[in-house]
Amino acid sequence: MNVKKDSPWIMRTYSGHSSPKASNELYKQNLAKGQTGLSVAFDLPTQTGYDSDHVLARGEVGRTGVPICHIGDMRTLFEGISLEAMNTSMTINATAAWLLSLYIAVAEEQGADTRKLRGTTQNDIIKEYLSRGTYIFPPEPSMRLIADTVQYTVENVPEWNPTNICSYHLQEAGATPEQEVAYALSTAIAVLDTVRARGIAGAVLTDTFSRLSFFVNSSIRFVDEVCKQRAFGRLWEKLGRERYGITDEKALRFRYGVQVNSLGLTEAQPENNIVRIVLEMLGVTLSKKARARAIQLPAWNEALGLPRPWDQQLSLRSQQILAYETDLLEFGDILDGSPVIEARVKAIADAAWAEVEAVLSRGGIVPAVEYVKERLVASHAARIAGIERGDQIVVGVNKFTETAPSPLQTEGGADAILRVDPAAEKEQIARLVAWRQGRDAGAVERALAALREAAKTGQNIMPASIAAAKAGVTTGEWGGLLREVFGEYRAPTGVAGARSVAGDPKALDALREKVVALQKTLGRRPKLLVGKPGLDGHSNGAEQIALRARDAGFEVVYEGIRVTPQQLARAAADEGVHLVGLSILSGAHLDLVREVLEQMKKRGLSGIPVVAGGIIPETDADELRKAGVRAVYTPKDFQISRILGELVDYVREAHAA
Amino acid sequence: MREPLGQDELVRRVAAREPCGVARAISVVEDRRPAAEATTVELLRKLGKATDPLRASRIGITGPPGVGKSSLMSALAKAIRAGGRTVGVLAVDPSSPRSGGALLGDRARIEIDPDDTGLFVRSMASGGDLGGLARSAGAAIDVLSAAYDVVLVETTGVGQSETDVEHVTDTVLMVIQPGSGDVLQFLKAGIIEIPDVFAVNKADLGSIAERAVAELASALAAAHAGEPRPPPPVVLTSATSQIGIQKLVEALDGHRAELVGVGELAARRARESARWALRLFLTRWGEQGAEDVGGRARVLSLLEESIRGGATAVEAVSQIRVR
Repeated sequence: MNVKKDSPWIMRTYSGHSSPKASNELYKQNLAKGQTGLSVAFDLPTQTGYDSDHVLARGEVGRTGVPICHIGDMRTLFEGISLEAMNTSMTINATAAWLLSLYIAVAEEQGADTRKLRGTTQNDIIKEYLSRGTYIFPPEPSMRLIADTVQYTVENVPEWNPTNICSYHLQEAGATPEQEVAYALSTAIAVLDTVRARGIAGAVLTDTFSRLSFFVNSSIRFVDEVCKQRAFGRLWEKLGRERYGITDEKALRFRYGVQVNSLGLTEAQPENNIVRIVLEMLGVTLSKKARARAIQLPAWNEALGLPRPWDQQLSLRSQQILAYETDLLEFGDILDGSPVIEARVKAIADAAWAEVEAVLSRGGIVPAVEYVKERLVASHAARIAGIERGDQIVVGVNKFTETAPSPLQTEGGADAILRVDPAAEKEQIARLVAWRQGRDAGAVERALAALREAAKTGQNIMPASIAAAKAGVTTGEWGGLLREVFGEYRAPTGVAGARSVAGDPKALDALREKVVALQKTLGRRPKLLVGKPGLDGHSNGAEQIALRARDAGFEVVYEGIRVTPQQLARAAADEGVHLVGLSILSGAHLDLVREVLEQMKKRGLSGIPVVAGGIIPETDADELRKAGVRAVYTPKDFQISRILGELVDYVREAHAA
Repeated sequence: MREPLGQDELVRRVAAREPCGVARAISVVEDRRPAAEATTVELLRKLGKATDPLRASRIGITGPPGVGKSSLMSALAKAIRAGGRTVGVLAVDPSSPRSGGALLGDRARIEIDPDDTGLFVRSMASGGDLGGLARSAGAAIDVLSAAYDVVLVETTGVGQSETDVEHVTDTVLMVIQPGSGDVLQFLKAGIIEIPDVFAVNKADLGSIAERAVAELASALAAAHAGEPRPPPPVVLTSATSQIGIQKLVEALDGHRAELVGVGELAARRARESARWALRLFLTRWGEQGAEDVGGRARVLSLLEESIRGGATAVEAVSQIRVR
């Protein structure tokens, strides 16, 4: 074999927390360890266009990522890092145009040639509607902002990937491989059609097509994953040739980055996740023709909380061992010519294409959002049911659960996760207040007026946003102004139309009987409020609980994501519910749950039991129970029917008291 | 769980529009245990005495699923509240026929200020036994009427929603979607005679929407030919673009003013209330029960008599003895 050794993919770690300064230090450490690119995690207020001192930002600042309120924060984030030389991935969607503007403005300050900037802005709003929840604006202005960034970068920042269409979060929301491929391609069609409708054609359309990249997921079924990536590439080429008339071979290549599956990582025996992560990485590297351009791996303890630097280092080392120690990169495509692989690729591609056509027949992915959401909720319900029944084996969870105590977790009695310094939020707010005082108010005023003008008239939003970034405008001001002009959106929850599948029909029947018995005691059906307070948009868990509770005979009030504690308490009062269940995955559970309890107390609702679910470390769970929470559920509680049975008991017990 | 409230105290809290009081009163009338009926009857009677039952505008919103009833109702509630009046909303969602459970999610579309006691939203499952509205919907509307200036009732739009909602409200708003063929279906089904106001929603659709308004108006004119009263108004609306909301509020207020003007409000309430009571009676006793009393017409006239005498629908039903 005399094939030239392939160069390795870009190695990143999705990271950022507490403050721009703390994150900058982390980035420098990661680069020193051999990471070849950066992947910026922003906190939820930044992702949803709020400043750190906004009421909805409470408890969320610096939690799931770094807070970036203005160009000063962005400067600090990349201090000592040459943006011209770096390849930066930013997980940012509704506010992508803004964060890209801040990035470009800082690059200019550094003296970089902005035409050489390389990296990606995720900038995929559809999967935010469907799964991740950090959307702001309605579909039409959202698609316009995406098209604006695409057009701007193709012209001015030609090596940038302006949108990184995500099938990643579709899989997290339960998508099958076929659905993942189909809905991601449908999203790409929506972006390309929007751009083409602006009159873009010829060489510029080819450039645009070639700059669209994807961000995919890779599950533990790694053979399926290899085939999925190959099917993806095949259909992308077909789409380019047939729908957009692209002929340039290079432009037709399917380019993608990966974060491997978090959905399948377990809280039970968490060290097993190390093995899962490595196998998942094989799914996106084995086939040279369908190999990822960039990989970031989760850490083994993600189902427990935020990973520490050492945990992230272990994931980086896994990538380095595969790329530099093994012989993988010395060979051509080792799967070419395998009839087994080819058959599976074809099956996925055919089914995915049929689903693309189903979406197109509904007018495209934008009008079909509700249809797609219902399909995903149903797929996810089927997946969970499979685990409950034991058809889908998850080692350490529903099989082989005997375990010795893990030294990784118990050493020193700590939680084995990173704790965000509770002072970080206060400090960030203090810096923000000082920033507002120190800037040229007149320049800010003028920049905002120009931004409003651009938003209203349909001029490309990027130049006015870059000017606003330089003038010292804040994230909350940018988001607030566009909220005024564009309005806000609420995505469909997908639960009303979705039929769920019971994991264990016997358990469900028993549960229904319990609910009926409770109904006789209460005089009416037990009524449950499922709430997602705060900015966290990961609604998959809440949706599955709501669905199964309905199927068990509960009346379920579910209001969707981003509800304030005040609104939840008011809903609990008006609706006359018997129990409140809160779901929070951002790590802001201590603040938010306490606030809900407080608000309920204020309204005389202390007698209503409250339960909480999420990625909640045991020490936090203790604190919540002390504060009055009746029960805490974490990812290890995968038997939904059992959870609901306990809720019946809590309602009965509260009623008797 | 919570210490029992005396009925008088509960009535006071409802009349004072305390959200927890209103919510508890609705929970009381939702109680389906036979022993709870007397409590419901007593509570409704006391509420009827403490407040003027005719004071509140009761508006029912119906129309096929998917036409945007919830968003339109949300826009209406906000507009009416912004105009200074208090609003109580009852949103009905379908129950699952298999489990009897329900997902009540439409509330999300009404973003309320959690500290505003002048806007109240309660969702309720249809329950399945009456097709359109839950058995306790009528009583819940009575509770809301005692507290708020305007009561909005959103139906599922399936089953017998249209006729049910006519029995428990004074003004029926039918929402339809342009280009859906709805108009033709309603004409065929005779449902077009029920609504007092029509909204053609999704005005964003432009000329298709305008055409639908014209078609509907001419169909209504034809249906009303030779009648003394003019056909019901048709308003073009869009909840997303905030088009026609104020006009719709005016049309709904106009219908009520007309009822009051011709002195028909009390009569309509009594007539429809008796029909609602008949539905409750039939759900409880069935056709056989009606036969035992002497036939449907006999039951209806007994119910009407009680209601004219000041009874609520629930009370009127409880007064009829079935062997």
